[in-house]
Amino acid sequence: MSASDHLIPVVVSKVVEVNSIIKRFEFKHVDGDELPAFSGGAHIVVEMLDGPTKRKNAYSLMSSPFERGQYAISVRRDDDGRGGSKFMHEKVEAGMKMKISPPVNLFALDLRAKKHLMIAGGIGITPFIAQMTQATELGVPFELHYAARSASQAAYMDSLQDRFGDQVSCYCDDAGGGPDLVGLLSDQPLGTHVYVCGPRGMIEAVVQTATGLGWPAAHIHFEHFLSPPVGQAFSVHLAKAGIDITVGPEQSLLEAIEASGTPVNCLCRGGACGQCETKVVSCEGDIAHNDHWLDDEQRASKQFIMPCVSRFRGERLELDL
Amino acid sequence: MTIQFRNETFRNDFTYANSPGNIPRFPFPFPEDVYMYSTNVEPHHATRAGSPFENAFDVDEHYVAEMKDRALVLAEDPGRCQALPHMETAGWDFVELVMVSKARDYPDLFELTIDGDRWHWINKPLQIDDSFIFGDSSTLPCHPMEYIGRQVQGDHAILDQRDGNLWLDAGIITAQADWSLDFDIGMNFFEWHAPVPLAHELGVFQRALKFLLSLPQGQPSRRLNWTLTVNPRLDTSPENYPKWGPDRTTVTPENIGEKVHLRVELQTFWRLPRSNAILFPIRTYLMAMNEVVTQPKWGRRLHRVMRDLRPELVEYKGLSRYHPMLVEWLSQFDDGALTSPGIFPD
Repeated sequence: MSASDHLIPVVVSKVVEVNSIIKRFEFKHVDGDELPAFSGGAHIVVEMLDGPTKRKNAYSLMSSPFERGQYAISVRRDDDGRGGSKFMHEKVEAGMKMKISPPVNLFALDLRAKKHLMIAGGIGITPFIAQMTQATELGVPFELHYAARSASQAAYMDSLQDRFGDQVSCYCDDAGGGPDLVGLLSDQPLGTHVYVCGPRGMIEAVVQTATGLGWPAAHIHFEHFLSPPVGQAFSVHLAKAGIDITVGPEQSLLEAIEASGTPVNCLCRGGACGQCETKVVSCEGDIAHNDHWLDDEQRASKQFIMPCVSRFRGERLELDL
Repeated sequence: MTIQFRNETFRNDFTYANSPGNIPRFPFPFPEDVYMYSTNVEPHHATRAGSPFENAFDVDEHYVAEMKDRALVLAEDPGRCQALPHMETAGWDFVELVMVSKARDYPDLFELTIDGDRWHWINKPLQIDDSFIFGDSSTLPCHPMEYIGRQVQGDHAILDQRDGNLWLDAGIITAQADWSLDFDIGMNFFEWHAPVPLAHELGVFQRALKFLLSLPQGQPSRRLNWTLTVNPRLDTSPENYPKWGPDRTTVTPENIGEKVHLRVELQTFWRLPRSNAILFPIRTYLMAMNEVVTQPKWGRRLHRVMRDLRPELVEYKGLSRYHPMLVEWLSQFDDGALTSPGIFPD
């Protein structure tokens, strides 16, 4: 079972070019119905039908969780990626019909927090926009520290400062660099939770700094923005289904399994949630473990794989599916 | 179809009973002639008209009497309804889910009018007609969870999701099979299940937690659980053990058919949208042995299940004192014939 089994038909109601690399897409229900309520930090999976290829990418909802009339996401164009973001940028126009999954939240605010400290890098800003709206409604203090490469790539920086005032601090690499993490994390009231979403280096820096300063692990929250990497095509045998499938260079193993009609669990499609963990029956070759889920021992054992992001190179890979 | 609500009690004189038409819709919990733990979870979508699986929140002839019994329990012991401070949003999610579902499934009994944040709710069986601002708890007479929990059959726990676990951080629990909200509140999934025998070793809870953590919005699930209760008493709480524990000494071969009740919990699981919490309704159905055996398939099967029940489970479910007597009594309804698969009567 997965959220993407029960897709919602939507129409693209608006496409906005935010800057040279980011576009915002807004969706309404095809029938004008209300869309499901959600909580800040939730994502949807967008199904893209690109000729014979079906891609499914996860994007954080940035619209208000209290707005049921429409959803909004922002997509950063990645020319080296599998083509999902390129498809969104080049092919998707207002008026187009698409399908999306119901919202899933793997990056929720901890509602016990006395204060939310949010740290965003680049396109990682999107879940925080919904969370700030939620925190404002709940009356819980928050502050956002938002770092981008340059002012020209810093999506929504101005509008967030207008909306949330001095609760928002902005940083640009070409104008002095990012926040002073040690200073920031050393001086927070008891009961503060920290949330980070952005590039891998930023997540690691925040988690390590907070841990080093004695923050409890339960107060540190992060969301990796991981797209399935591209690679060479490879073949896989699905033992229970008794079939061989081929994974294309720009396709994920998960997408190839789905395309074969074989049932497989999944949620985040980005190597973080653990739902698609699959047993390896036999492996003659090397698995490129690209996930954040398996530990080093599990990886070395070659007995598990996360099909949403991981790939294979070698003679034969057989999965328990 | 208009439901005739019964005027009956779950305490003192125990006038509770199932009318003949209500018996076949009982959620008999044994799909086979043997019982062992399993996670036995299936999608909670409309199944079989007339069954308790037809609607999101089943309303039956016991609705009004059960809500009166809940009010009595809460008046004596307000600790049966508790919500940690961060669970108010989840309470509103619960209000929305129940009101929208009941107004849709039972339009002759419940009406809901939504105008932006202004909601108007009519509950005809309980003679409630209230207007309130959705999300503003000051416009309700009590916490949103308590408000709607007093209008829906079954106990309701709300589980907060964080740190890769579920936390029992709110509930309205007045009809429980010997567990205490006051004791369990704030515990995580493994802590509150710690007393259950055998299942930990089988990995049942690891699998169940993984399943629940990924429960999607709009795709609820359900399972059945069961035990036996002497007398049709809903409130078999640890707090009130002195009131019901001794009932087990009153069972005799002469009264066992009317005294011993099969107690079935229809447990459902719902992802709540605004809080990201999980609503866990535990809806209890009670049926006297005399009523169960009116369905020949159920009489045969119940005998076989009880006869072969693992000793650990006999002990855990508190059946030790009268278990041999019950197996002997049930044997008269088992002619050895094959039983059909599934839980529904023939």
